Amino acid sequence: MASDVALAAALADDLDSAFEALVCGWSQRLYAFSLRMTGRSRDAEELAEETLVQAWRALAGYDAERRRALRVRPWLFQIAANLARNRARSARRNPVISLDAGDDADGQNFAAAAERIADADPLGAPGAALERQERLDELAALLLTLPEAQRVVVILRHIEGMQYAAIAEVVGEPVGTVKSHASRGVARLRKTLEHERVAAAQEALS
Amino acid sequence: MSDLRPRVDGLSAARDLLTDLRALGHTPAPSTCVSGTLTRVGLADSYMTIETPLGLVYLAWNERGLSVARRAATHGDFEVEAYALLGRRVFLETEPPQRMEQALRAWLAGDRRAPLTFDLRGQTPFMQAALLKAREIPYGEVRPYSWVAREIGRPAAVRAVGTAMARNPVPVFIPCHRVVRADGHLGAYGMGGPESKRTILRAEGLNVTRAEALAAAGVRYVSSVSGDSYCYPSCHSTQSIAPEQLITFASEEEAVTAGYIPCDACRPPLAALAG
Repeated sequence: MASDVALAAALADDLDSAFEALVCGWSQRLYAFSLRMTGRSRDAEELAEETLVQAWRALAGYDAERRRALRVRPWLFQIAANLARNRARSARRNPVISLDAGDDADGQNFAAAAERIADADPLGAPGAALERQERLDELAALLLTLPEAQRVVVILRHIEGMQYAAIAEVVGEPVGTVKSHASRGVARLRKTLEHERVAAAQEALS
Repeated sequence: MSDLRPRVDGLSAARDLLTDLRALGHTPAPSTCVSGTLTRVGLADSYMTIETPLGLVYLAWNERGLSVARRAATHGDFEVEAYALLGRRVFLETEPPQRMEQALRAWLAGDRRAPLTFDLRGQTPFMQAALLKAREIPYGEVRPYSWVAREIGRPAAVRAVGTAMARNPVPVFIPCHRVVRADGHLGAYGMGGPESKRTILRAEGLNVTRAEALAAAGVRYVSSVSGDSYCYPSCHSTQSIAPEQLITFASEEEAVTAGYIPCDACRPPLAALAG
């Protein structure tokens, strides 16, 4: 991507101000990736911030030539994906039972959803927007049930919109493996959604 | 035709699924993603407001310490001024670290050991030395500009010390208000003029009226008839001298000639006696 090349050149020339641009330009995308990986807005915020802080530390240790050669986008998502994997691993090892579930992301997600609905339907038809939001929430929850290897690839391919070659760089797998993770992941999502649709239809009939 | 229908449905469902997935990326990130990162890596400072003897003061800091203190009409005004001074953005922190708040309150109440640090990067070494020297002046006491100049090893740079105090990026917390004119008049003060300087010194317990009266009478140093050292009039070691015991000097020469030596605590100059 042209803007990626320009950003890498800027990072080589003046790290401080280019990094500020990098943070402003990439924090939303890294947050979205992290949110879909973890499912919780608070975790996503921490993950996105940690990704950027690690990126800063790495950049500070690179010389100008290495910064200039950087492929910013796959590099950032590689840091984020590694952090997400480590986080999931340590969460499995030290499960935490949340005592303040009501205090967590749901409230914010609900508010954000309400805002999106209002944005999408300034003239009314809240029913359709609500239905769509429910569908998206369901899909987001389903994503979390995918095996991690598939989830990362599905998110990078279909939410972030990355090419398979770049995703292969992020996850360190051959392109063929990445493609098969993507198609299996999407097939699995589709199958589950189909099952649920059929189940809902049967319930409505009975 | 009818056997094609499920396939068409399947295709449109596939398209819907991919459209929905793409929509999951349109999630606004909390603004703290940007501010949190930039402050953590040192490319931006945090700021808060804090009640002081001079009213509400905006105070910015980073991991190295306090960087800017200013009075401002609005958050936006402060953000613009801090950016001009620091060359970095500042972001409002609504939950400042508790330990820092405690240290700030202790410092404002006169605790000299309160663990406050300052970020004076970008200031000249002279400026840094002058400002850090001002920090050594005890709560409720004052010293002349010439004292700071002498203490940092630049006795001739009295005017430059005045400039350094005027450019203090962190007034109130680096107590440039405790540095006054050699004749004992309080002198200028960046954060609101002489009246503010009087207010904050009074809040620290300095008897400003007495200090100004002594200065107006030409008194530079004081001592007691039974003592052997001479002090700046606000030195804490002079505060217990009974009025009938108090003796005053118009110059260090006068004090030395009378047989007195400089006080260890407030370190007035030792006169170089001719012959």
